[in-house]
Amino acid sequence: MGASYVNAAAGETELLPDVSSINQVTESVCRVTEQPAPKGWWMLFIPSLALLGLLVACIGYLVTVGTGTWGNNSPVAWAWDITNFVWWIGIGHAGTLISAVLFLFRQKWRTSINRFAEAMTIFAVMCAGIYPALHTGRPWFDYYMFPLPNQMQMWPNFKSPLMWDIFAVSTYFTISLLFWYTGLIPDLATLRDRSKNTFRRAVYGFFALGWRGSNRHWQHYERAYLILAAISTPLVLSVHSIVSFDFATSVIYGWHTTIFPPYFVAGAVFSGFALVMTLLLVTRSVFKLYDLVTLKHLELMNKFILGTAWLVGYAYAMEFFVAWYSGNEYEQFVFLNNRLNPFEAPYWWSYWAMVICNVIIPQVYWWKRMRTSIPVMFVVSIFVNIGMWFERFVIIVTSLHRDFLPSAWGVFHPTWVDICMYLGTFGLFMSAFLLFIRWIPMIAIAEVKMVLPFAQPHHAPAVALSEDLQATPVQEGALAAG
Amino acid sequence: MSEKTHTAGSGIAERLSLVLAEFASPDALVAAATKVRNAGIKCWDVHTPYPVHGLDGAMGLKPTRLGVFSFMAACIGFVGSVTMIQWMNGYDYPLVVGGKPPDAYTAMVPIVFEVSVLLTGLTTVFGLFVICGLPRHHHPLFESDRFARVTDDAFFISVEPQTEDEKHRVSELLEACGASHIEHLSDHGGTL
Repeated sequence: MGASYVNAAAGETELLPDVSSINQVTESVCRVTEQPAPKGWWMLFIPSLALLGLLVACIGYLVTVGTGTWGNNSPVAWAWDITNFVWWIGIGHAGTLISAVLFLFRQKWRTSINRFAEAMTIFAVMCAGIYPALHTGRPWFDYYMFPLPNQMQMWPNFKSPLMWDIFAVSTYFTISLLFWYTGLIPDLATLRDRSKNTFRRAVYGFFALGWRGSNRHWQHYERAYLILAAISTPLVLSVHSIVSFDFATSVIYGWHTTIFPPYFVAGAVFSGFALVMTLLLVTRSVFKLYDLVTLKHLELMNKFILGTAWLVGYAYAMEFFVAWYSGNEYEQFVFLNNRLNPFEAPYWWSYWAMVICNVIIPQVYWWKRMRTSIPVMFVVSIFVNIGMWFERFVIIVTSLHRDFLPSAWGVFHPTWVDICMYLGTFGLFMSAFLLFIRWIPMIAIAEVKMVLPFAQPHHAPAVALSEDLQATPVQEGALAAG
Repeated sequence: MSEKTHTAGSGIAERLSLVLAEFASPDALVAAATKVRNAGIKCWDVHTPYPVHGLDGAMGLKPTRLGVFSFMAACIGFVGSVTMIQWMNGYDYPLVVGGKPPDAYTAMVPIVFEVSVLLTGLTTVFGLFVICGLPRHHHPLFESDRFARVTDDAFFISVEPQTEDEKHRVSELLEACGASHIEHLSDHGGTL
């Protein structure tokens, strides 16, 4: 645990070569919240706030008039609403993956991006939650979904995948929030101690809970963090698996398949990493965080994107294989006629957009030059986000629009409410996100400090102090050499 | 809860001053913590901007029991949610859907899992606060201006001496350990 020295012989390289002191980390992260916002921040915040207003207006209109203002209708009863729900939930999954799974695997590079990705999780789940809550049609009766005694004297049906969804998504949101806040406590204390005015001191101090860096606290804190990571890991896998059960447990062709849980989870991680990348590139350049989020971090994330692109590509291929191998002509019809064939399927373009964006474009990351090029990774991350939205759309809409009787076939068209609400959720997401990066330490200060090579003691505790003091310049020399 | 009595500045001898020593590096801190522990001092603590590895051993801290509470919460979540679903769907309002048994065990798995995780997470975080005695917004240590840097890049040892005698002994010990700065804090604030 203790040895943080870089083992150059084993091919390790310095994670943060431009960071030369502990104080530099504090300064780089805290100055974002202490200086006036750069122009770039306002240029993003004002349109985001406008889109948030659009969302509020759309929700008001939808609740007043009814869910009929969406384009959903028989036979396509689930459309953009559930597409967006699944897409946003999936976006959030990279946050938990980075914060929990990479923590359990002791991936030190995660510390520069985990706070950021966790915040993204929370805001993405908020955006996702709006859709099923409104799709009930009468959102003021949504409390029926919780096991509360009500005037109808009946209990929820716990065998329904939609009930599982409620429990999965609300647990996911709560645990993500707790994880995020627990990680924030020491960093909020840093902001409290640097505060120049009473108001800042009071607000940050209130949320820092009087944290004083006590090692007796750190001991419990680290255990709490480990437990949260350990429960978040199966949780994140369960959430998208349960979301996929909404489809997989039905008897609709194209939905009724056992590959869905891992397929959904892989897609979620894929899209989440892509959105982390998009936002990270913008934030990194607006706030000049080049020393903390290095090209090495970005390259590692691109490797994840390449790996998960292959996972989703495998899932797409496997769906076809199973359709063929099952010998079920309805299943084959869904894949060949409703999705693939440009001459038969009204939604063929969405299927091919999905394949091109998710499977073909990320292949550029086989080349190191592409993995380390900022413009390339920005463009690829946007394509992946688009491709993953199409994946959800393809699964949901193309499976529904043609069922067993051709007379009952139909095509879905989004209405202006569909489109404006989708844009509006970007407003909610971006407004919350921009407020977060402006006022809350967007990089986990204490965690980054912990992985600096000179941050941990390198000697047995019993070593005499005079030797320690003499050893200090030598360590610094070793660091520079590494 | 036993933590509270051991944490400097938290009770017994608040009338006496608190000795706060600053150290230049994590190496010096760990070495000093070992010496303070070997000197048999009871009420003391180490303060760092991030968890320093090896300090738990140097301070002689017992392993945390937080995991026990989390595990108990997971068990309660498991038993509680199984009971809830069985009673609601199997007994109080049996609901037959798709010809399946109303109290089918397989269909309970996702919700039982989620409830167990939820309860474990809540207990872990709130258990952490209870064990650490947080929130605690007022503490004699916050009166020190130097101590504000503990959340940036400074390393401290704080000792709450039980007698005047011990206070002098502790100050000398910390100085001998190579503290770069030593100050005495009273519980009213201000440097003595």
